[in-house]
Amino acid sequence: MSTTTTTPSTETPTRRSFDYKTFLANNGALVGLVVLCIALVIATPDFLTGQNLLNIGIQVSTVAVLAFGMTFVIVAGGIDLSVGAVAALSAMASGWFFVSAGLPGWMALIGGLVVGLAAGVINGAANAYGKLPSFIATLAMLSVARGLTLVISDGRPIKTAPEVSFLGGNIGPVPMPIVILVLAAVVASFILNRTVLGRSMYAVGGNAEAARLSGLPVKRIIVTVFALAGLFAALAGLLLAGRLDSAQPQAAAGYELDAIAAVVIGGASLSGGLGKISGTFIGALVLVVIRNGLNLLNVSSFWQQVVIGLVIALAVGADVLRRKTRNS
Amino acid sequence: MTVNPLITLRNVTKTFGQVTVIQDVTVSVYPGQVQVLLGENGAGKSTLIKMVAGVYQPDGGQILVDGTVTTLPTTKAAEEHGIATIHQELNLVATMSVAENVMLGRMPTKFGMVDRKELRRQARAALALIGLEIDVDTPVGRLGIARQQLVEIAKALSINARVLILDEPTAALTRHETQALFAVMADLRRRGVGMLFISHHLDEIAEVGDTVTVIRDGHFIAEVPASTPEDELVKLMVGRSIEDQFPRRADETPAVTEVLAVSNLTSAGRFDDISFTVRAGEVLGIAGLVGAGRTELIRAIAGADKYDTGSVAVRGTKLPKGDIQAAIRAGIGHVPEDRKGQGLVLDASVNDNLGYATLASSAKLGLADFTGQRTRAEAVAAKLRIRMHTIDQPIRSLSGGNQQKAVFGRWIIAASTVLLLDEPTRGVDVGAKVEIYELMNSITAAGGAIVMVSSELPEILGMSDRILVMRDGRLAGELSAADATQDTVMTLAARDVAAQR
Repeated sequence: MSTTTTTPSTETPTRRSFDYKTFLANNGALVGLVVLCIALVIATPDFLTGQNLLNIGIQVSTVAVLAFGMTFVIVAGGIDLSVGAVAALSAMASGWFFVSAGLPGWMALIGGLVVGLAAGVINGAANAYGKLPSFIATLAMLSVARGLTLVISDGRPIKTAPEVSFLGGNIGPVPMPIVILVLAAVVASFILNRTVLGRSMYAVGGNAEAARLSGLPVKRIIVTVFALAGLFAALAGLLLAGRLDSAQPQAAAGYELDAIAAVVIGGASLSGGLGKISGTFIGALVLVVIRNGLNLLNVSSFWQQVVIGLVIALAVGADVLRRKTRNS
Repeated sequence: MTVNPLITLRNVTKTFGQVTVIQDVTVSVYPGQVQVLLGENGAGKSTLIKMVAGVYQPDGGQILVDGTVTTLPTTKAAEEHGIATIHQELNLVATMSVAENVMLGRMPTKFGMVDRKELRRQARAALALIGLEIDVDTPVGRLGIARQQLVEIAKALSINARVLILDEPTAALTRHETQALFAVMADLRRRGVGMLFISHHLDEIAEVGDTVTVIRDGHFIAEVPASTPEDELVKLMVGRSIEDQFPRRADETPAVTEVLAVSNLTSAGRFDDISFTVRAGEVLGIAGLVGAGRTELIRAIAGADKYDTGSVAVRGTKLPKGDIQAAIRAGIGHVPEDRKGQGLVLDASVNDNLGYATLASSAKLGLADFTGQRTRAEAVAAKLRIRMHTIDQPIRSLSGGNQQKAVFGRWIIAASTVLLLDEPTRGVDVGAKVEIYELMNSITAAGGAIVMVSSELPEILGMSDRILVMRDGRLAGELSAADATQDTVMTLAARDVAAQR
């Protein structure tokens, strides 16, 4: 269906009025977020207050950091169901390193990150070398990590190191989670857009066999991708624990679904090869702002789940529509 | 001839967004006739077919079935009019059996359950129509691509089609299988079935067609009898004459430097004890039937698959088994058989696709070299005349020939000197084919070596300096370009034809 010429005549007619259809199709999540915010500003005076916006920032930090890691995995054509459990395990391990093993706080913090990284490497190796589908490998890890969290903690919260609590604190008026969120977004975006690794993720997710035959080390890339997801999960877990000054055994339960939802709302394709950090960030904001708004409007948390579900369906519906317009 | 056409597209037009893909084209299919649709990739053939099949609706003009103006809003509506399509892309469920695939959507039932016995019987009857003898319980995914296509053809035939649309059905078939298909087509023709046939093999047109409709850039160009000479057809199709379909220019003084040496290469069940060498500046053709082990051999040399024993060496250096990266570093470039499945990341840009092989080697400190890559990609795209709007458009939107040139371009950027080509012009139109052949010439002129696997005998004969023939995973013989003819190659390639499995 392609026109096979590069004559200048094809370039002139593109100078036309603003194509709102294409804009909407490509920025559906952003437009949705803006509409949502405007509606909430009108509906409740409590939405547009400094304190509420900071709350949103803190709440979005955990979801978004998890979802950044998930973005790598989904772009590379996989799925990671274990990020919530790995977040909890990493935080718990960090607490254990500090309280029970008596390590210095900074080592406990790094130890927590290493645990997340290791869990990710195991996920990746099981997928790339063990030939387990990522859905299955990470489903297993979800159970193992959550189980280990309970084993380590004996079902009770563990106090976190001051260095970890610092992640949940403030720098002046700015909450640390928001600072970490921004840094994580910059790093994740840099990895995805600028590095060989990031560009390879798109190739592997788009067509793993073509990537392999072009000489890309597909298996190593997959392991690295899951390792990054594990590392970002650990960071999210530490953020969460830092806010509460303790690692909770049931922390971040079900967060993997929020992370997947954020990535998908952000325009990534579950079949791989597509996705952006900025999109994921907007997707995470959409989820958190809806929850926040519904709370302010005193909507029951039961109904909130219904609304979130509809939003996900709507976002993916828009994604399908976009793909259709692009391919014709 | 006062016979009414079964179906006519009258002055149809189709636009997508601002691009007019088909403008004012008229084409008819008569009972008992094979109407050939000829045009380069991107000329609009697929769009025309999709209008007949009920996938697209024309924006202007009319569709007439049996002389009455009709609309075909859905594929189902087209089927009800007796129009069946065999698409270029196979439409089979790989995990289901041959019988289930043939009868998909109209499984015979007994008391609400699938009647397996009847299912097998009807499926066998359908397969018998094209003389295909296979176990109907085999999962379709286990068959080779050629056999899968035949199953698809059997499936379409079994719907009692009056109008059969054949969109490049022979692209993946061997000569023998093509002949079997043509025999079926001749039979259908006697039964009054009208056919719309698309093929890039010009030699097939005179053999099987009645009339030829030529379209170029979405416009109707001419309707000529199928007996029109090939040169004339090419001229109508591309709008200029192509002097030589196979412009091979070999060095008069062949170099003696051995570039690629394959010794006693064996992979159980795939190929056995293969040895050959390729010199600088040489094109080595590998002929054989589908399933003779040619693709498997090429993949093993490229490092894509492991092998059991033997060795592969490039310029005297032995390559490790199953190591694609080592092969690429040694100068090997592999253009795989399945362009869409193995060659390209379809949703990625032309630029990205051109750069995958050099993504890591051109990087600094793990950072991708964006500006350098873009410069290299633009240079190679211009050199290979890849026709596109911008280098950032998804490669999916390019025509087959331009996509294939991009796969070549990847290895040109990587400065590969040993190219392994597996069906390099499959699904590529005549104009782009010649460009690919010229590209092969320039690679060998620069001292590169080429190994080319192809099922198109004219291509093997026209472009190779030396020809190896494989049969059942073994080397059946070697022919020089001077000695090789279709007959000598086929005699070596064909076993007992009935045992072809």
